[in-house]
Amino acid sequence: MAVITVERKPLTFAERTYLPQIAGGLKTTLKHFFAPNDTLEYPEQRPAIPPGYRGVPTLVYDPHGREKCVSCQLCEFVCPPKAIRITPGEIPAADASAHVEKRPQEFEIDMLRCIYCGLCQEVCPEEAIWLQNQYSTTGYTRADFVNNKQKLYELGGTLPDPHLKWDKKLAAEQHGNAH
Amino acid sequence: MSTIAEYYFGLPLLLRMVLQGTAVILVLFPAAAACSMAERKISAWIQGRPGPNRTVAPFLAWIPGISILRNLGLFQLAADGGKFTFKEDPVPGHVNKFYFILAPIVSMIPALTTVAVVPLGAYISNGQLLPIILADVDVGLLAVFAVSSLGVYSIILAGWASNSKYPFLGSVRASAQLVSYELSMTLSVLPVFLWINAPGEHGTLNLFDVVQKQSGTGFAWDSVWFAAYMPVSAFIFLVALFAETNRQPFDMPESEADLVGGFHTEYGAFKWSLFFVAEYCHMIVGSGVFCLLFLGGWNPLPGLPLALLADWLGIAGVPLLTGLLGIGIFAGKVASFIFFFMWVRWTLPRFRYDQVMNIGWKKLLPLAIANLVFYALAIAVIQK
Ligand code: SF4
Ligand code: SF4
Repeated sequence: MAVITVERKPLTFAERTYLPQIAGGLKTTLKHFFAPNDTLEYPEQRPAIPPGYRGVPTLVYDPHGREKCVSCQLCEFVCPPKAIRITPGEIPAADASAHVEKRPQEFEIDMLRCIYCGLCQEVCPEEAIWLQNQYSTTGYTRADFVNNKQKLYELGGTLPDPHLKWDKKLAAEQHGNAH
Repeated sequence: MSTIAEYYFGLPLLLRMVLQGTAVILVLFPAAAACSMAERKISAWIQGRPGPNRTVAPFLAWIPGISILRNLGLFQLAADGGKFTFKEDPVPGHVNKFYFILAPIVSMIPALTTVAVVPLGAYISNGQLLPIILADVDVGLLAVFAVSSLGVYSIILAGWASNSKYPFLGSVRASAQLVSYELSMTLSVLPVFLWINAPGEHGTLNLFDVVQKQSGTGFAWDSVWFAAYMPVSAFIFLVALFAETNRQPFDMPESEADLVGGFHTEYGAFKWSLFFVAEYCHMIVGSGVFCLLFLGGWNPLPGLPLALLADWLGIAGVPLLTGLLGIGIFAGKVASFIFFFMWVRWTLPRFRYDQVMNIGWKKLLPLAIANLVFYALAIAVIQK
């Protein structure tokens, strides 16, 4: 390895008095004194969330207002800290989306356990669970941190769906599954 | 107006003195507290933060424009004051109780005493400029030095009575540092007094007379402030002032990086805040003395003395207005000086202890002596 000898110049007299350095430092701090703040007034101002952010996991509706989750429980199995607890339920025959057969009766995510890993979103075959922009979870009791189904849909809302696979499936069925 | 004045001057002298002294303390004490808020705000602005700006008394929140005061942290100051007054004031079990409680009280005494001999402004009465001062004594600056150096006793007491090693180290450092820098400080002001005590004149150490010698009009010899004639003196005095008031970069006694909290590690609540008020009082008085010695006191500009400005404004005949003008100008200078103190604090890192001693004894003291010899010779030649 080549050795590069750096020449160390002795300090000049001005440098040894330390005064030019102090003046330089004072100039820098004065500049910052008049510069706008670098901070965010947090609760009033919120940070811009970058795309792909992994916030609180939520459940979403498809554009027609159908619950996308079919309670397959894959996310419950994959969740490393076992934060998800799903009670599957049947969709009654009278329902418009009865052909989907199942949806969760109850869906709970314990935000004290969740590690925001995003595996649930990754594994979901229905693209029903999404880690969205919500980043602050607060509460007074342990129970406050368990998001139930209603809360999860409130947080999730509706996301666009390019596939609408259940609608296609229904249409295909009605046409006798002819290809 | 005049009846009030007559009534006031009819009071016994002692009572008048007490009233005046109380008035000054009542201004100085909150001013020192306000300095602590200014310190927090200035540090915040320098670091790109807004600083304390959330506190507001709920029953005042509806007043339009109150948010300006809120953003300046004024209510935070009041809240802090309330907190320090009312929170539990613990006395640790291992301390020497008597001296432990005595120390913060002792710290206040020199801090509030020195202000007595420092002119706070000047007013014009019957065409004559008179100082606004509690005790117009000839020893002036000597009294300031003598009393303010007593401040170190409170630090030594606090460190010793705390009976634990960090406060003790802090107080040992404080005593060494204060003694070292007092020398240079005293030597640095000697040229000023050599100059104003010209042969054949009435000898004085009075700060008012120092300002009088900087009150020339126009391009007269004495219209330039002493900071320009004696820059080295001013510089040494300034550095020593930083050291004497325990301000960064010389805040050895409390340097929290190596001494936890220094001499006040064991203190809390009101006693702790007394130390800080005392420190800020020292700062205010020290800045005041610097302004008087080197920056022309209450004269607004070099070559533009207070009397001339009062003439221009047409208030020379009203003692009260000239007094307020004088105090205002002087207070403005002191305030900008305190800003400088804080600005330096949030700029410079702390010196190491050995560096502090080196600077004090090996750099500043020889410089002060050389400076004194030079000015002594120069003044001898000029004033002959
Ligand atoms: S969210 Fe997705 S993975 Fe989880 S149960 Fe519902 S459909 Fe299955
Ligand atoms: S983000 Fe990870 S930890 Fe949280 S619920 Fe989904 S799988 Fe479980």
